[in-house]
Amino acid sequence: MSEDFEPKIVAFVCNWCTYLAADLAGTNRLEYPPNVRILRLPCTGRVDFNLIIKALEMGADAVVVSGCHPGDCHYTAGNYHARRRWILFRELLETMGIETNRIFFSWISAAESKKWQHMITEITDQIREMGPYTAYHEISEATA
Amino acid sequence: MTGQLRERCRRLLQDGAVQVVIGYGVSTSDGMPHPIFVRRPDDVDKLIWNEQCMANLTTYLTRDAVKALGKPAIVVKGCDARALVVLEQECQIDRSAMHVIGMACAGVGSPRAPKCASCDVHVPAAADEVIGEAPAQTGPADPPYAELEEFLQKSPAERFAYWREEAARCIRCYACREVCPTCYCPRCIVDKNRPACLDTSATVKANFAWHVTRAFHQAGRCTGCGECTRVCPVGINMRLLNQSLARAADEHFGYRAGTNRETPPIIGAYGLEDKESFIR
Repeated sequence: MSEDFEPKIVAFVCNWCTYLAADLAGTNRLEYPPNVRILRLPCTGRVDFNLIIKALEMGADAVVVSGCHPGDCHYTAGNYHARRRWILFRELLETMGIETNRIFFSWISAAESKKWQHMITEITDQIREMGPYTAYHEISEATA
Repeated sequence: MTGQLRERCRRLLQDGAVQVVIGYGVSTSDGMPHPIFVRRPDDVDKLIWNEQCMANLTTYLTRDAVKALGKPAIVVKGCDARALVVLEQECQIDRSAMHVIGMACAGVGSPRAPKCASCDVHVPAAADEVIGEAPAQTGPADPPYAELEEFLQKSPAERFAYWREEAARCIRCYACREVCPTCYCPRCIVDKNRPACLDTSATVKANFAWHVTRAFHQAGRCTGCGECTRVCPVGINMRLLNQSLARAADEHFGYRAGTNRETPPIIGAYGLEDKESFIR
């Protein structure tokens, strides 16, 4: 892989926990790679699978979806719905040959800024190792 | 069986038990069975039943133009009848306001439709009456998902290349959507353009996203009638995608769409004990 490849990571995070964890990471001056673009959504239950596809289309090398631990959902059950959806969705991605090792799911509470820091650092290193997701980026450019 | 079917439908129409029969008739263009709507007792002789009756007629039940015809009687095969269960679970049809005529079926199409190899519903469940006898061999010849499992032998890169190729051929006619009994949204997500949810151009990227979307909107709902794949003018095997989700629903949640109307649909419900191994 070329030396200057910088992974583009898109993170869809829940307003009530992971977003606050990322915020806390900032307040605590925890350093983590700047490769992640954070998109705040009300709940992981709001994360339509099309958002993941769209992120890949627009050039993301990895996608992170993160929200409240089971039982902690601000809307009671949004993350349970999300979990069930992702269980099924991963199987579809597998069948279509999309690299599921570039799509990450996690539960990170508002207090777990360390977990956020570690996860993003780890994912960035991993994706830097794997290189850009050229297979998907190629179809985004193909016209026919 | 055709004679029996005609007699039954004549009686139903004459008695006023139903106002329309949704069944199969002979197409004037190619002589193959196609859907017809019979409203007069004199017309029941247009109804037919044979091994070429492939279409899943339940797709018409949710359409306004068909609902306007009055109480329907509908001719279904075992596989089609499963769609009725899904539609009922999702409150799209009033099962008591229709008459379901089940046809015992040993398989359709020549060569046989792929779905028939793993068929375990030769006699429709939940029909109001069944015409014909169950075929002698009723167990499935193939295990379910055999086609999918063979496909999954390929490497992920090969699978991706395969779907990329298929997406390149897709012309975005939406025949797969139109023919699907469980694709009944009055306004499909691809038709929403303020703002546009999905790219509607027929590019590889947009077609790829469409096939992900179409398949996933059927997650835990597709009954495997295979109509999407049958009607596809460029022959994209969408059955593989449907099967992968059906298998996932089966393995993870022990759920098979259209088999039991009492179980809540898996998407829309959730379980505290749902198991996965990929969330950190």
